[in-house]
Amino acid sequence: MRHPIPRAVFSAFALALVLSACSSGAGTGGTTAPTVTADTKASFPAGSTMARLQQAGKVTVGTKFDQPGFGLRSPSGEVQGFDVEIAKIIAGKLGIAPTDVNFVETVSANREPFIQNGQVDYVVATYTINDDRKKVIDFAGPYYVAGQDIMVKADDESINGPDDLAGKRVCSVDGSTPAENIRTNYPDATLTTFDVYSKCADALSNGQVDAVTTDNVILTGLVSQSNDAFKLVGNPFTEEPYGIGLKKGDDEFRSFINDALEESFGNGTWAAAWDATAGAITGKPAPEPPTIDRY
Amino acid sequence: MNVLTDNAGLLFSGFLKTLQLSVVAGVGALIIGTLLAGFRVSPIPPLRAAATFYVEVLRNTPLTAVFFLVVFGLPQLDLTFQNFTYAAMLALTLYTAAFVCEVVRSGINSVSMGQAEAARALGLTFRQSLREVILPQAFRTVVPPLGNVWIALVKNSSIAAGFAVTELTALVGRLANTNASQVLVVFGGVAAAYMVITVPSAIGVNYLERRVAILR
Repeated sequence: MRHPIPRAVFSAFALALVLSACSSGAGTGGTTAPTVTADTKASFPAGSTMARLQQAGKVTVGTKFDQPGFGLRSPSGEVQGFDVEIAKIIAGKLGIAPTDVNFVETVSANREPFIQNGQVDYVVATYTINDDRKKVIDFAGPYYVAGQDIMVKADDESINGPDDLAGKRVCSVDGSTPAENIRTNYPDATLTTFDVYSKCADALSNGQVDAVTTDNVILTGLVSQSNDAFKLVGNPFTEEPYGIGLKKGDDEFRSFINDALEESFGNGTWAAAWDATAGAITGKPAPEPPTIDRY
Repeated sequence: MNVLTDNAGLLFSGFLKTLQLSVVAGVGALIIGTLLAGFRVSPIPPLRAAATFYVEVLRNTPLTAVFFLVVFGLPQLDLTFQNFTYAAMLALTLYTAAFVCEVVRSGINSVSMGQAEAARALGLTFRQSLREVILPQAFRTVVPPLGNVWIALVKNSSIAAGFAVTELTALVGRLANTNASQVLVVFGGVAAAYMVITVPSAIGVNYLERRVAILR
């Protein structure tokens, strides 16, 4: 033990830096969500996915763990958000109690393999419906339509829409639909990509990038955690219909989820789920539910 | 049709970025690591202490944490890298230097004491004897472990994918999401690209080891 003191001091210093760097990624998930009750009287045709899950009494759902308002895991391990509530509503229709829904983390790059390999029964993870994904999996929904927007520093007046991004440094997540959109449609912007949005927020506050772009609902969560350091431009320029990913060809299960979603649109559980999660962050009432696409 | 051939240009640029990160950080780490090893065996106690401190901190810290410190921590001290590639090179260099130092130091210790004593008896200074007598012999014995450090560095460079550097691993995320139907092909292709660097490296290290081996 020849140098115990400097080493400890440096370690504490290093840890403090790491913690402060991470700080904009942490946060709380919103208020308590309404309790979803399991439909115990549900009955399904033998051999269907619904019957199998009902029999098992539990279901595995893929969601994101790092998106405030949609799917965010709290330090205690509980996952909260709008996607989580939607997953519980569907599970409830299968006769499965919310406590028997097992959430596993799916990130943008592994959602399709998880569904194809059966590691999850369905995925509710800010999952934009598109044709290439439909080649390998099927989508129920949409249950929400987001739009790509831009987040800047609160005092930045120079960026008011995607066309203002020319010559600016824009941050997004590699492989995401918004990043691809910038790359193809706004090539004059300099795109910087991280693996998670919380690092984009750090880079924005350090001045390493000028703007962050992705779906407005994700940015809203980041703005709410920034202590008024960031603001949303509020000018969505795409439509991102969020769907529920499931195994390709399981049309029975897809219709069942679509029915469950439509019912939740009608009876107010959808709006209640929104108000308790994403709505609690935006402070705005639930929007009109989207129209289900039964392709 | 095939995601790999369609994106050959992109993958090649990612491959070059991985190679660039590895080579720059490898050269940097070799220089800093050798200096540190010299400090660790030097007769001056503060130098020994400083080098030991550096090695223990960097060697016992996850590389991701080192990246966090360089990319997001240094800006808090008003030292901001606007180019994330440079930040990644620095993080990889600092981290790998600790391992190079220990490898080179073990090589120095393998040179028999009589060599150093003879060098000093001939009137060489500490630095001269290290540079002219000890290190040339030390490096010859540590070719295999240095090769290990190099191969680990090539693979460690993938951490940069999480810090805004578009190297091979970053392309996995991008291509997998835009070509959802061919995720495994993307993973396989990128893994093969790493092996294009590491397998010839391993063969080269084996060859070099035989060429420079000291017959005792």
